[in-house]
Amino acid sequence: MRAFSYVRAASPAEAVSQYRPGAAYLGGGTNLVDLMRLGVAAPDHIVDVTRATGDSIAESSDGALRIGAGVRNSDLANHPAVRERYPMLARAVLTGASGQIRNMATVGGNLLQRTRCPYFQDVAMPCNKRTPGSGCQATEPGAETGNMAILGHSPSCVATHPSDMAVALTALSARVLAVGPDGDRWVEMPGLHRLPGGRPDLDTVLTPGELITAIELPSPPPGRSTYRKVRERASFAFALISLAAALDVGGDGRVRECRLALGGVAHAPWRAHAAEQALLGLPATRETFAMAAGEELRVARPLPGTEYKVTLARNVIVSVLEELSR
Amino acid sequence: MENSEISQVTVTVNGEAYAVEVDNRTSLLDLLRERLGLTGSKKGCDHGQCGACTVLIDGRRANSCLALAVAHDGAAIRTVEGLADGAGLHPLQEAFVRHDAFQCGYCTPGQLCSAAGMLAEAGPSAVTEDLTADPPLTPGEIHERMSGNLCRCGAYVNIVKAIMTVAAPGEGPS
Repeated sequence: MRAFSYVRAASPAEAVSQYRPGAAYLGGGTNLVDLMRLGVAAPDHIVDVTRATGDSIAESSDGALRIGAGVRNSDLANHPAVRERYPMLARAVLTGASGQIRNMATVGGNLLQRTRCPYFQDVAMPCNKRTPGSGCQATEPGAETGNMAILGHSPSCVATHPSDMAVALTALSARVLAVGPDGDRWVEMPGLHRLPGGRPDLDTVLTPGELITAIELPSPPPGRSTYRKVRERASFAFALISLAAALDVGGDGRVRECRLALGGVAHAPWRAHAAEQALLGLPATRETFAMAAGEELRVARPLPGTEYKVTLARNVIVSVLEELSR
Repeated sequence: MENSEISQVTVTVNGEAYAVEVDNRTSLLDLLRERLGLTGSKKGCDHGQCGACTVLIDGRRANSCLALAVAHDGAAIRTVEGLADGAGLHPLQEAFVRHDAFQCGYCTPGQLCSAAGMLAEAGPSAVTEDLTADPPLTPGEIHERMSGNLCRCGAYVNIVKAIMTVAAPGEGPS
């Protein structure tokens, strides 16, 4: 690991003033420290922001919920307002990582964690995300592609975003507050995380030195909601496919409102706008759910080895919507 | 140099205060094992995937391999060496012995610290049906909550049995 200097910032302003090219912000460290040990990240200056951003969760009078970026994942999932009003978010966070890691990881750090693509994490391999222009080993013949993207990928990068929490925040239309050298700004979700295009080295739209200080959730969508995650083992594994879903069905049995976001399919959490639009006003039945899933997945471009994800995503959408409509 | 790559860190470990100078790269696990001689916490994967390094940081279970010592200046750490009360074993330690909850024992310190932290954690898990109520600790709940601790010997059945006897005395198998 490269040697680095360390400073603990007491406020967002102090953190931003401490940032310089080659520096990194440190939250719980559950991803960054590992990447430093692997040689994937090599900052020469660490700005510890765990005490710089808020660690409280506050409900406002208009029904919104404001979450400090320093809140630990376990505290977010266990907060009464999240458990009662945003069950898809509580479930998403609880399906992520392990009890130990959830106790350490911050909400801001969760959003900014890097892909677990095995070629990104192996410094002996080419990777356009880690070393721009070096190539993409995941698209070479014989590559291990099982957990790569099916939507929105580019010739440069086929990696997927690993966060469960970000998928729920994308379905909930959350926004994040970023503080930078030029002041504060709100970034909407979806919209924080990028598709790779020709610049897979950029995971998000944040500029160097910008720091996430808070996340704000609008009032929850009407109806029932949940998060379902499909993975290779029952616990402590990243998603193959995950789905954050909310469904509101009227007394006439027709869909009044629907929110869908997929994880494990793209470089960013994937808000399924096409499926949401297709469902509006239609009877809440297995057939219409399958039709809506097909609308979303029409643009899927699976790699050799990820064809199963298209089927799995379709089946998860249908199954979860059936569960929510019961 | 503008900022030093060495820092002064004060931590309390099992009730005893230590002031040490560390290279900023030092993990809490390496500080405990290599500098303080507390080798109970184990280095399994060094990537946060196995749980053998689990300790309690300010009362909460955490992977000490992913924790930078410098970022835990002022923290109170409890390791497996600090679970027992003098000569008396911690109830979890007694239960692990009674229920044969290990073979090689390498993961056991992490299992014990993780279980101690887990029993103090309220709230739902990923397998809890009703998110609004704190569920009873069934074997299924313990399986899910302990998934951050791997046991290559496969002693899981007896690990869950041992934890059950402490989580719900009188309800588990005798």
